[in-house]
Amino acid sequence: MKPIAIAYRGVRERLVSSVITILAVALASSLLMLVWAFKKEAEESFAGATGGFDAVLGPRGSKLQIVLNALYHIDESPGLMRWEDYERASKFPAVEAAYPIAVGDNYRGYRLVGILPEYLLNHEYAEGQGFELESGGRIFESKAMDAVIGSFAASKLGMGIGDTFHPYHGLIYNENAKHEEIYTISGVLKPTGTPADKVIWIPISGIQTMSGHNPAAATDVSAALLKFKQGANMAGFQLDMLYNKQGDRLTLAWPASRTITQFFDKISWFDKILQAVAILVAIIAGGSILAILYNTMNERKRDTAVLRALGARKSTVFAISLLEAVGMTLAGAILGFGVYLVLGFGIGEVVRNETGVVLDPLRGNAAMLWAPLGMVAIGVVAGILPAIKAYRTEVARNLS
Amino acid sequence: MPLLSLNNLVKGFPSENGRRVEVVRIPSFELAEGEQVLLRGESGSGKSTLLNLIAGIVVADSGEITIGDNSLGPLSESKRDAFRARSLGYVFQSFHLLDGFSCLENVELGMSFGAGVDRAFARELLERVGLRNRENYRPSALSQGQKQRVAVARALANRPRLVLADEPTGNLDPKNAVAALELIQSLCRENGAALLLVSHDPQLGAQFDRVVELSELNQADSLQSGEGDAA
Repeated sequence: MKPIAIAYRGVRERLVSSVITILAVALASSLLMLVWAFKKEAEESFAGATGGFDAVLGPRGSKLQIVLNALYHIDESPGLMRWEDYERASKFPAVEAAYPIAVGDNYRGYRLVGILPEYLLNHEYAEGQGFELESGGRIFESKAMDAVIGSFAASKLGMGIGDTFHPYHGLIYNENAKHEEIYTISGVLKPTGTPADKVIWIPISGIQTMSGHNPAAATDVSAALLKFKQGANMAGFQLDMLYNKQGDRLTLAWPASRTITQFFDKISWFDKILQAVAILVAIIAGGSILAILYNTMNERKRDTAVLRALGARKSTVFAISLLEAVGMTLAGAILGFGVYLVLGFGIGEVVRNETGVVLDPLRGNAAMLWAPLGMVAIGVVAGILPAIKAYRTEVARNLS
Repeated sequence: MPLLSLNNLVKGFPSENGRRVEVVRIPSFELAEGEQVLLRGESGSGKSTLLNLIAGIVVADSGEITIGDNSLGPLSESKRDAFRARSLGYVFQSFHLLDGFSCLENVELGMSFGAGVDRAFARELLERVGLRNRENYRPSALSQGQKQRVAVARALANRPRLVLADEPTGNLDPKNAVAALELIQSLCRENGAALLLVSHDPQLGAQFDRVVELSELNQADSLQSGEGDAA
């Protein structure tokens, strides 16, 4: 019988405490991976999901709110800006493309975003990647009562080409706030892995002139999405100076991705708390292993002495004791990876539901290697002392 | 040539008052291949220490222990462990089965540190001691007599040349004690192993090739003066 088989039986013999320890290790390991690997994945995915835009111009207010509303469609707009402001921004020499958007209504919780048809026709949401429609679909005309629906929204709402719907006022679904207009789905977007997937796109004039909306704001927009020309490195600085430093009516969120990373930086204190919790749980798990093995050493002295009497070397009983600790942490680390995947995919699904951003918990990250290995290292450290005790067991005394 | 020979064997332990108490002093003792010898002695006469010396579990202060061609004295601890795993079987008064292991696994443990596990032979031994149908039972599910039968099977598992038995009937009722003794002796004979059994039981003796009174064999100071408590 190999030392590992003997160690396994030792772990099995103390099943309850072993299981609790393995669960603690799994919790610690999964927390460590979530805090480091998944958080990094979330940060990069969000920063990379700016839809191919360099900046967002919006009404005076928080840059983060403008970006969240205009690019991720998850917050309220800080207000409206004039159509002329969009046109002026679009004419800056450094601006390659500018698209106005209007956000304001929903259909059963899925946001309606008003755009020009050119946005879906010409814009690349990623390098070399434009929007594509599922077969049979078409982009709406600028004044039509047609809509193009994102793949995720289409799937969740069970809607397809030819289906019709009434928009509902506001960003939160209220069945009593139905607009009279009826829109027909003219196309379904292929999945993009961006917030575009969970939006219902309609002509911008539709939002602006929707029944019940303020006629005085019929030409206003929520924001303008800006893409700079390649090599126009100073464009952002110039526009930042123009809108944010000299002006006082509008706000330029530039670079759009940095607004998101700055947001993550702002909540880094929360990461630190999670990190502290994860490390604390890891230490508790290590202490638990040490306590279990050390406390049971007295009753295990006899077993160790018996193994020695049967011919087991000191190094063998040392290895058996250490293998118990390492085995428990290894089992915990493997279970922890499973817990991480379950939580990661679960959180990823919630994030996708809320924002359309796709998170991949399996994307390679060093934390997915060092967190489980770190737990095994803790197991080795925690197992050393009991193993030394096993090594030093006096055989004759413990057999009598 | 004897299987086991002891020459001028001396072992002492430090006492609480710091003095060294001698518990074993055996000028000469021999055991032939396949011989079955009863070493009879009262509690504290150094029986267990003597068996531990022969098993290489404790080291003699002086003297020589030879088993077959091997002199234990010059061997390192790990080589003594390896020798014990290959060549000796040990039966304890308290059985010392491991609770986390089944009967079969306990027997296999007796092979694990020597030539390796031979499951067929382990099952054969359990069959021989009448417990094949309980090979998956844990020791806690067995009676005292059954536990000792498993322990006997374990002692023979590595096909030893010498079996050491330390009061193997001490924790058994008279009926089970007789059965256990018969089992140890017959299994040793069947497997060609010599048996050195220590016991304080005055009723044992007739079944052995030779009976040696430890009081006559062991000339330790503590036993002569009545001092100390030899294990």
